[in-house]
Amino acid sequence: MSSEAQDKSGVSRRDFLNIAAFGAAIVSALGMLAGMFRMFKANVHYEESLKFKIGKPETFPSGMSRKIDDKNLFVLSDEGGIYAITAICQHLGCTVFATEWGYQCPCHGSRYDKDGNVIGGPAPRALPWYEITQGADGNLIVDASKEVAKGTKYKFS
Amino acid sequence: MNVNQSGLDKFKENILSLGRSFTESYLRSGKPTSDKSRTAAIVNNFFLHVQGAKTHINTLRPTYTLGLGLISLFLLIITIVSGVLLMIYYNPSIENAYNSVKDINYVVFAGKLMRNIHKWGGEGMIITVLLHMARVFYTSSYKKGREFNWIVGIMLLILTFGINLSGYMLPWDQLSYWALLIVANIIQSPKELTDSLGITGLFDIGAFSKEIFLGGLNAGKEALTRVYLLHIMLLPLFLFIFLGVHFWRIRKDGGLTKPDIYEPKPWDSNLMSVPDKKGGIFPTNKTYGLMELAHGRTPAVDKDVENSVLSWPNLLVAELAVFVATLAGVVVYAFFIDAPLKELANPLIPENPAKAPWYFLGLQELLSYSAFMGGVGLPGIALLGLALIPYLDREQDYVGTWFSNRQGKLVALQALVVGTIVNIGLLVFTVNFGWFRSWWPKVPQLLITLINPGNIWVGFMIVWSLWVIKKTGSTRMGAIALFTMFVVSYVIFTMMGTLFRGPNWDFFWSTSQWPVH
Repeated sequence: MSSEAQDKSGVSRRDFLNIAAFGAAIVSALGMLAGMFRMFKANVHYEESLKFKIGKPETFPSGMSRKIDDKNLFVLSDEGGIYAITAICQHLGCTVFATEWGYQCPCHGSRYDKDGNVIGGPAPRALPWYEITQGADGNLIVDASKEVAKGTKYKFS
Repeated sequence: MNVNQSGLDKFKENILSLGRSFTESYLRSGKPTSDKSRTAAIVNNFFLHVQGAKTHINTLRPTYTLGLGLISLFLLIITIVSGVLLMIYYNPSIENAYNSVKDINYVVFAGKLMRNIHKWGGEGMIITVLLHMARVFYTSSYKKGREFNWIVGIMLLILTFGINLSGYMLPWDQLSYWALLIVANIIQSPKELTDSLGITGLFDIGAFSKEIFLGGLNAGKEALTRVYLLHIMLLPLFLFIFLGVHFWRIRKDGGLTKPDIYEPKPWDSNLMSVPDKKGGIFPTNKTYGLMELAHGRTPAVDKDVENSVLSWPNLLVAELAVFVATLAGVVVYAFFIDAPLKELANPLIPENPAKAPWYFLGLQELLSYSAFMGGVGLPGIALLGLALIPYLDREQDYVGTWFSNRQGKLVALQALVVGTIVNIGLLVFTVNFGWFRSWWPKVPQLLITLINPGNIWVGFMIVWSLWVIKKTGSTRMGAIALFTMFVVSYVIFTMMGTLFRGPNWDFFWSTSQWPVH
């Protein structure tokens, strides 16, 4: 290759073609790898819906608290209304249990107060509260994919 | 061959000499009765030729290698054989997994023994691989061209942990389920950091990784399939590849490390068989092999390669002895101690305390300070630090000598004592007084993630090692201090999590004090 040609473009035709060919090969190989990795992420989860019915409003009179075991959820009710707090510890996913002062996680000792605020242990965040709506049939529906601000209580008729 | 022989006679003779001609065809160089044929027996054998035809006496000394790498390999082989046998009956579905393991335990012929052998063989590997790493470290065997092989060894350590952990999840009992859930949430724990920084909304790397691992949002059937895939295919595949590279590089480095100046001890003569030069190409004790000229400074004429003996039979007999001892040890242990199998997995009731397998209980103690630092941050730093040791300590002296020299022994002892005191002190403080959140409940999570007993301990190890480097003027001494403290804390944290943590991860002097629940 002549130095003249290099001065003009900075890269010779041969080098350009080499780089282009190898570049294309590497890019397509990476694309294949990405496709293989993408396969690990399922398009559909055959799991229970995060949105589920918990019963009519009158089954939650003021002052009651109930744990819905298979949904890992506490449903509580007071003068302010009905609210739902998760029972899944925000540290590493164990199930907390209710105590006199709030909630306790058995795995690594995280402690929460009655509103789900962290008061001890390694948990990095408070227990989230979930959205509650009322379906057309009058049943309450909890959506565990929608977190709401702490203190959001719902009144239903 | 007699020309007058009939075809049938020849055929009869071939049948009669079948045994001999088959042996000859296998051993192409004849029976290993002379030095030449013994060499050929190693060099011409596919399975043996990863080893040199000759072995340095130092390699054969039990007090040098302690046989730890070899024991690890044999445990792996034992685990593979028993694992394949378990696969005959094991069924990787959440409906059948638990029952099939129960079948193996109580119905299948020798099933319980085989499961115990598999379990203890695998967990034994963790101990022997860690000890092997310590042996390689303290004899400076990560130097002089072996730097990369040290990293391959670290990969093998990680794979050993990974295979053990994924196997722990397969029986789908309470232990399996809650370990799986906790591991999935450790994988998710970068969320703790992204939440603190307020960037979870951009890309939730934690939730993404967890979903990839579980194949969904919950620890269910997809997760079991993936863990099974990891345990029997992906991780072993990588393990074999790295193991091949590991052995290949040892061979290319000229076998195991040895001291530069090696003085044979009287006892060493027990290891040697008398050289036998008949049948060689040279009539006298001359050795001009290229491989023997390549590494030395002067050609070795008229003498055997210094302080080395033929691998056949010297090395092979030693290996066989280690294999028999390993197999016997595992079988006896497995005969008397049963692998645990708890109740069927119940997603509604966590075990209390929900403990990880013992080799991760040190990490679980760190997890109880901060999920991200304990599960991802500190193990990452530890593994990175281990991997970088050969590159940060490039002194080439004392290779092949335990603890380098007198100073090395002192530094190790000092690190052992100081590390033990500081580490236990830190735990005593944490158990008695709690941490930031016990004092100021509103403390931001980021502060706990950054400052917790685990981080302080790792910081102390680093500062101490830097101080040792400054004081002694030797990076090797700093490495000895750091590695010793790493070993000390692995043991202490593991003991803490195993022996002294009970329900709700509270401190108890013994399990007899655990509250009844």
